[in-house]
Amino acid sequence: MSPISRGFLGRRRSRGDPSRVPPGQYVTDDFPVLSAGPTPHTPLPDWSFTVDGAVVKPVSWRWVEFLALPAEHVTVDIHCVTKWSKLDTSWRGVSLEALLKTVETKAEYLTAWCDGGYTTNLALDDVLDGKAWVAYEYEGGPIHPEHGGPARLLVPHLYFWKSAKWVRGLRLTPTDEPGFWETYGYHNHGDPWLEQRYRGD
Amino acid sequence: MAGAALPGRLSWQLGRVVDTIEETRRAKSLVLDLPNWQGHRAGQHVDIRLTADDGYQAQRGYSIASAPEDDGVMLTVDRLERGEVSPYLTDVIEQGDELELRGPIGGYFVWDASQSGPLLLISGGSGIVPLRAMLRHWAAARPAVEVRLLHSARSLDDVIYRDELMRLAAFEEVDVRIALTRAWPDGWRGHRGRVDRDFLDGAAWPPRDQPHIYVCGPTAFVEAATAALVETGQQPNTIKTERFGPTGN
Amino acid sequence: MTYVLDGNAIAGDLFAAFGHEMTTVVGRCRNCGTASPVAELCVYARAPGTVARCSTCHAVVMVLVTIGGEYHIHLPAYEFMEEVQSSCEL
Repeated sequence: MSPISRGFLGRRRSRGDPSRVPPGQYVTDDFPVLSAGPTPHTPLPDWSFTVDGAVVKPVSWRWVEFLALPAEHVTVDIHCVTKWSKLDTSWRGVSLEALLKTVETKAEYLTAWCDGGYTTNLALDDVLDGKAWVAYEYEGGPIHPEHGGPARLLVPHLYFWKSAKWVRGLRLTPTDEPGFWETYGYHNHGDPWLEQRYRGD
Repeated sequence: MAGAALPGRLSWQLGRVVDTIEETRRAKSLVLDLPNWQGHRAGQHVDIRLTADDGYQAQRGYSIASAPEDDGVMLTVDRLERGEVSPYLTDVIEQGDELELRGPIGGYFVWDASQSGPLLLISGGSGIVPLRAMLRHWAAARPAVEVRLLHSARSLDDVIYRDELMRLAAFEEVDVRIALTRAWPDGWRGHRGRVDRDFLDGAAWPPRDQPHIYVCGPTAFVEAATAALVETGQQPNTIKTERFGPTGN
Repeated sequence: MTYVLDGNAIAGDLFAAFGHEMTTVVGRCRNCGTASPVAELCVYARAPGTVARCSTCHAVVMVLVTIGGEYHIHLPAYEFMEEVQSSCEL
């Protein structure tokens, strides 16, 4: 047992409203930047988003085309496995429902892949029906590269490592293929309400 | 008796703050009495762990500023504006308080007086902390090794250990040069601006002297200084680097 | 760039995981073949786990995750060039 450090408070952390803040989380006003590698900087003229893999015909959009897709404003709470939660974050983006409608597939899973090599896996059940977006605006402006801009995945009902930064595509897969953190010991699903942080939780 | 360290074990141990020293407006030194301390090498660091009363913990690494020959273990903390741990160590902790830490840590960024020279030490900002330990170790051991310290700070007031560095520079074998990047006094004859190729050409040993080089400071500083060293012909395998930066979330 | 450090930053965790000093241990990146000591790896320590990348090609060479107080070390692309014992799950 470590002794208590007299007067040490640490970052301001409140448990918040338990109906909004999952167990083990603290509410923050900051937006911490976590990263497993250098921040990629793909110029917009070189950027594209692709849906491929186990599909009849892959689809791809350049930046301007992507912005022309039907988009939604959403305000959501986000929860990081490192225990911080941020409430009422607002984003604009294209729903995965809309993106996946453009392809024919029998696959039930996907792997999101990103500039820099990051990946994460999701079941289609976890991204359809208003559960996930490819977001390109945060709080009314472009997403800062540190936070995953120009576009990132947004899957707020799961721990935020599933909301892959710098996302460039979705690869449909017939089987569930663990992505980066899932391979290194994090939970395959990642539901914060069940505290599914690590494999076996 | 609590946790006597076993060889090969890195255990958490408790120390008591026996003195605090305001070094600059941002940097403060803490001198610790550590009953279970087994000694250290110049350049090593410790991990400090703080515990709040709800069990929340934060851990950070700090270089040891004292030489192995010094009494007590001294750490120098640079207060980061939005830091979680550093403001606690500079503003809250007092003489008599306990601190939990583990160490000494590190086998790469270390210098022993038994090593040959010449010795080139390059630091930016708080990167000077482990180099101070090396300089004090040099002064205690007085090996036949020449030492040059090239230190970069924003202004003269931001140079940690300024008076001590001037005293060390009085040794014939020791040369200290300061580069000021943002503000300098009238008539300043030291370098103005960053540690760059020009500065190194004038201040460092030429590659043929094969200096052992240590570079420490924020990542951007280390990258720039190392690139400049290589530009002047220093061999990468003679350069040891330690990057400082924010950790924790 | 702001958040990248080097192997020195995780020396304590690595010592605790392996049972001895690790920053001087030299490993070879399996992606590009560069050999370097652990101290010279590019370390990203602000993440769900700690990721160490080859400083030449940036491939992920080592991943360190702490779960319930235990260290889990993965070496996806790093080959130690000397015998290294570990006291934890590799």
